[in-house]
Amino acid sequence: MDWVPAIARWLHFMAGVMWIGLLYYFNFVQVAALKAATADGTAAGITKHVAPRALLFFRWSAVVTWLAGAALLGNQFVNAFTLSKGMAGIGVGAWLGTIMLINVWALIWPNQQKILGLKPATDEEKVKARRVAFLTSRVNTMLSIPMLFFMAGGWSHRAIFGL
Amino acid sequence: MKNPLDSLWGTVICGVLLTAILYFIVKSILT
Repeated sequence: MDWVPAIARWLHFMAGVMWIGLLYYFNFVQVAALKAATADGTAAGITKHVAPRALLFFRWSAVVTWLAGAALLGNQFVNAFTLSKGMAGIGVGAWLGTIMLINVWALIWPNQQKILGLKPATDEEKVKARRVAFLTSRVNTMLSIPMLFFMAGGWSHRAIFGL
Repeated sequence: MKNPLDSLWGTVICGVLLTAILYFIVKSILT
């Protein structure tokens, strides 16, 4: 059954690139672009045509990344999440990734639905939703930095870092 | 005090600091 971890690793990387790539797009590009577009009255181009598509791939690639990661851990899944038996490094990465996935589905997506008008919300609720979605997205950007360190270094290079 | 996450580079710096903190915590757990 060697093909299971091989396919899982491939899927984990592809979906992970899409998830974190879109997270960085939102934070490094779209936030500033939306501010400029709002100022010149062209924000609808982003909020109507770009953001919903980006969010679709963002939230589902997060799910695929997590599931493929869980499959990749295989029988080491519990050891990773309990940070035991030499799995502490990758385990921290797995915990950070899990927190990020929960943030996507529990905070970012429900609030983005209000912001984009996919779910009814008052103006006051939209203002609050904008702040919550923004800060959660920033938290995920912050968490992605140690997550990638522990994911990348916590397994293949754990001897170098002593993890 | 301003929230560092309001700034993009504040977010990146927080992420790097968090990496160092978690690294030393994990190292101390293991040794």
